[in-house]
Amino acid sequence: MAGSGAAIRLRALSKSYGPTHALAGIDLDVGHGEFFSLLGPSGSGKTTTLRLIAGFEEPTAGSVELAGQDVTGLAPYERDVHTVFQDYALFPHMTVEQNVGYALKVRKVPRAERAERVRAALASVRLEGHGRRRPAQLSGGQRQRVALARALVDRPAVLLLDEPLAALDLQLRGRMQAELKELQREVGITFVFVTHDQGEALSMSDRVAVFNAGRIEQVGTPAEVYEKPATAFVAGFVGVSNLLTGEPARRVTGAPGPYSIRPERITLSAPSAEREAAGEHRAGGTVADVVYLGHAVRVLVDLDAGGRLTVLRHAGEPATEAAPGARVLLRWPAAHAVPLPADPGEPGTDPDPGAPATVPAPARGPH
Amino acid sequence: MRLSRTARILLRSAAALGLAVIYLPLLLVLVDSVNADRSFGWPPGGVTGRWWADAWHSAGARSALWVSVRAGLGATAVALVLGTLVAFAVQRYAFFGRQTLSFVVVLPIALPGVVTGIALNSAFRSVLPPLGLGFGLLTVIIGHATFCVVIVFNNVVARLRRVSGSYEEAAMDLGAGPFQAFRDVTWPLVRSAVAVGGLLAFALSFDEIVVTTFTAGAGVQTLPVWIFGNLARPQQAPVVNVVAAVLVLLSVIPVYAAQRLSGDTAAGGRI
Repeated sequence: MAGSGAAIRLRALSKSYGPTHALAGIDLDVGHGEFFSLLGPSGSGKTTTLRLIAGFEEPTAGSVELAGQDVTGLAPYERDVHTVFQDYALFPHMTVEQNVGYALKVRKVPRAERAERVRAALASVRLEGHGRRRPAQLSGGQRQRVALARALVDRPAVLLLDEPLAALDLQLRGRMQAELKELQREVGITFVFVTHDQGEALSMSDRVAVFNAGRIEQVGTPAEVYEKPATAFVAGFVGVSNLLTGEPARRVTGAPGPYSIRPERITLSAPSAEREAAGEHRAGGTVADVVYLGHAVRVLVDLDAGGRLTVLRHAGEPATEAAPGARVLLRWPAAHAVPLPADPGEPGTDPDPGAPATVPAPARGPH
Repeated sequence: MRLSRTARILLRSAAALGLAVIYLPLLLVLVDSVNADRSFGWPPGGVTGRWWADAWHSAGARSALWVSVRAGLGATAVALVLGTLVAFAVQRYAFFGRQTLSFVVVLPIALPGVVTGIALNSAFRSVLPPLGLGFGLLTVIIGHATFCVVIVFNNVVARLRRVSGSYEEAAMDLGAGPFQAFRDVTWPLVRSAVAVGGLLAFALSFDEIVVTTFTAGAGVQTLPVWIFGNLARPQQAPVVNVVAAVLVLLSVIPVYAAQRLSGDTAAGGRI
């Protein structure tokens, strides 16, 4: 975190709509100048959090602080925060210039200075010469950039972005991710970025908060969240993960787990009689299926100890025989079997040895 | 979809016939208003401006026109205020009974005018005298407002449904207070719908006759009521034709303007 204190500080923040808890009491600190992502599935509370920071909703309980000042009771127009909306919400009856200059007009900035700053803001998103157009005459990517320019023109302390790239096609999204990151570095403003796309969150953020069911499961750098998931949910939502638990975990590692093991950390080789090296887990199994992904091959292996693990083998790796039915040996450094807190609600942690032991996480992202 | 030649001809004739049934009688009224032949036989017996001069000098027609205009403006004003406010309430806020309110507001347009008229008549009869009021222009305005509100309400609700609430949020997010956000963003986006609603409401009030009959005071005669009363009088018939012709021409204006207003904005690709 740069600077002293936090740009945003949320304390015991909760929001209920009638009997449903959209947000069940979260604490969060976002540092000055951070690119901070709120990552989670839809309905996990990330957008609610954003709207509470912007001031569009009033919290049921808890507080919102911006730069050390309690703003919980303040209206959106009393907070030094701007939002880039998911649908951009560009004013359709105003030109691009009028849209971008709106915050300055409201603050009664003199006309000449306003024109200058609008020009600079449009230049910063590479939209010079589009000022006289109306939003309807722009492409999706251009509208997105106008929304950014409009929100950045008067340099707010914090910029909130609500899935701003969701409406763009895949190629444009990739380009905008890079542009957005670069823009944030240039202006040095704190960005809070809401997304359900784990790849987006990992590649752009300084830190990530993973949301689930109105709570924060983990806050950390992208590497921490990916390499050291704190919960089974984080392990499954961020990337693809193997969950090794119960009796199979005991037979392979000596402890019941549960453990999260990333598919790319597992080495697949022909069965061998050599002794287990120190600090290594190994398990024999049979290949159940092989999925060709282009940049990699995904191999599903049924363990002799029970359960199934997914192994990711990159295209450059020396190939070992891995056809369905082949006997193989799986090995991984013990340090990459990340222990997770036992969750009594999960299946798989059932002590009954007959229960399914590993829960293959749903495939997400490039892996 | 491709249609066979026969089907095309049949559909075109049906459409032409339908339009003819609607517009030929109207055309006849216009022709008869300058028909020199008093019995309005066919073919017309020459062109005359006499009936138009007569109508211009007819005190009854003039005062009826004035009453209609005032009733229309009054009812439209009431409808604009109430219809717009209710539309905003229903479309922008969640509250108990929202659906019911919306239903109750729209219902009067479907009620037969006779029912609305009788109901209002007996209500006024019991409410007004203790207040020292009687039937007059005000009662007509109230009567017309019951269905004019619906027109404005429907127009504004339809617009608000298309105008995302995030525009208002965006304006406030950028520093505008609630009033300024309304003035700069919400109002410009809904005003054409409000105007269209007002024009249609005025047109509806202007040619209303059933509710008017039950709510008008003794001295209050709107143009449609005056026409209806003078239809049976042979020596007034030419003047009635002229007034009818004027009404046709006058009602074209608000409807045309309303179409232009809503068409404009739709074609512009922006709300």
